[in-house]
Amino acid sequence: MSDVTSRDKKQSWFYSDIVKEHFFHPRNFIEDGEIDESRFNAIGKVGSPACGDELRVWMKVDPKTERIVEFRWRTFGCGSAIASTSIASVIVTENGGMTLDEARKLKPQEIIDRLGGLPQRKFHCSVLCDKALRDAINDYYRRTNQFEKIVAEAARLIDPVAKVTDHDIEEAVLEGAQTIEQVQQKTKVGIGNPSCLPAVEELIRFYKEKYFG
Amino acid sequence: MQVYLDNAATTPIDPRVLEIMLPYFTEKYGNPSSFHTLGKQAKDDIDEARGQIAEILNARSDEILFTSGGTESDNLAVLGFARANQINGKHLITSAIEHHAVLESMIHLEKKEGFEVTYLKPDRDGLVSVQQIENALRSDTILVSIMYANNEIGTIQPIREIGNFIQKYRQEKKCAWPVFHTDACQASGYLDLGVEKLHVDLLTLNGSKMYGPKGVGLLFVKRGIKLLPLQFGGSQERGLRPGTENVSGIIGMTTALSLAQKDKEKESARLTELRDKLIHGILTSIPKTRLNGHSNTRLPNNANISFMDIEGEALVLYLDAAGIFVSTGSACTSASLEPSHVILALGMPYEVAHGSIRFSLGHETTEKDIDYVLKTLPPLVEKLRSISPVRVDEKYYV
Repeated sequence: MSDVTSRDKKQSWFYSDIVKEHFFHPRNFIEDGEIDESRFNAIGKVGSPACGDELRVWMKVDPKTERIVEFRWRTFGCGSAIASTSIASVIVTENGGMTLDEARKLKPQEIIDRLGGLPQRKFHCSVLCDKALRDAINDYYRRTNQFEKIVAEAARLIDPVAKVTDHDIEEAVLEGAQTIEQVQQKTKVGIGNPSCLPAVEELIRFYKEKYFG
Repeated sequence: MQVYLDNAATTPIDPRVLEIMLPYFTEKYGNPSSFHTLGKQAKDDIDEARGQIAEILNARSDEILFTSGGTESDNLAVLGFARANQINGKHLITSAIEHHAVLESMIHLEKKEGFEVTYLKPDRDGLVSVQQIENALRSDTILVSIMYANNEIGTIQPIREIGNFIQKYRQEKKCAWPVFHTDACQASGYLDLGVEKLHVDLLTLNGSKMYGPKGVGLLFVKRGIKLLPLQFGGSQERGLRPGTENVSGIIGMTTALSLAQKDKEKESARLTELRDKLIHGILTSIPKTRLNGHSNTRLPNNANISFMDIEGEALVLYLDAAGIFVSTGSACTSASLEPSHVILALGMPYEVAHGSIRFSLGHETTEKDIDYVLKTLPPLVEKLRSISPVRVDEKYYV
């Protein structure tokens, strides 16, 4: 694990200069007064405080060109989570904006490269912001009734013993499970592997909030 | 301006300590095991240091074992004791907020060596009670390990009361179990370390939290207690901790401990005032904040505060840019981003644990430093909150 040092080598820092710049001066984040849902036509959300990061994005897509005109965000997370979201917002809106097809192909590695690198242990942070972007893209297609274009995200394994993914937990919550016991009845999550239960609990909370407010 | 408020992580070396250590690198470099004048001199010096430490702890010289630091001392106390005494029982008691040096040793014994461990959950202020120990005790309990003061939230445990209870329990049952260990690394500059008064049988200390050198520590082992060593290859430290002694470190730690214990009342009073000013200032000037740990029964140098809706590491880096050095209560060190096990054990949710910051004051902390922090902090918190989507439920901070 080697942390990135600054280019001038005068003073070592944990992140590159670009990360630092976007961390201290984040671009395109949304202020309290600007959250007017009617201004945007797609919203995405990913993560939860349980995994250390939570990210919401508000996106405005030009219906004619299907290019991203505006990409605004909020992030709860460490320095690289904030910086990677900030630079992703620049990448998808620069030069007239990416088309949704292009944006869906945005890879975490491209975000990391544009940041001038990230410490290895921080890679998961930027994976989060491309996920939020894809969640928002799906939301746009949902709202515009282009259901054939919605692409389901690959699931994340929560309990390797019972082979339960975050999607399984999402399904269980959608089917009405409210508590960890009810989710366990449906999924068997954590029964042979109680160490994953805190994460399950947070996911239940996250999906309950996502779907039932 | 540079303000170092991470003294619970480590402290600078006191110049008086450094001065005493220096000759051991260049002139008095002998190996205490060598059979010549230089070796004998080194041996005499560490024996004298051992005597001084024994005096401070109100113990005997042969009860002091030098190690490489707090982690090794904790490992030796838990692993070394449990392995040597398992014939008498395989149940251990500890708290959920111990340092990982104790906690992971316990988990190892539980997972790999067939022990059973009870992890006591503290109350919301981080306190473990005598009653909890009493309820958890079994006839096969051989070891209780509870830290003196918590490294993250500063809560001071009722060690004397717990020790007293365990001693009486042993007398009533006419047995030698359980034995009582405490990790006192964070307490050395502020609290009484007399092992008789505390009724402890094993006690961990290290050099680097009390203006002494890093890489050196000690374990007090009461006479008659058997341990199995963790490493092999020599007869140093009665064979319990083989390896050439860290002579300069031992001498430095001894001086540091004497100085810290001599000044502890005065320094505690000074820092308590500054600590309370910092806590009060933050809680009143920044909304949605919460003090973690007990409001009074806490180390004079520790202020641990959760800033709702933001992630600790981001705030640490913003403060770093302003010249203020603190740490997250939560160690954001791995890909799994595990939040602080201590704050979670207090019954707080993940986002409160993620937003905790530890300010730990020290010798060099002045009122001017505290004023600077109080002036610098509010706009940084406000900025990070403005880019965060999280809004923590008010029941966790009102």
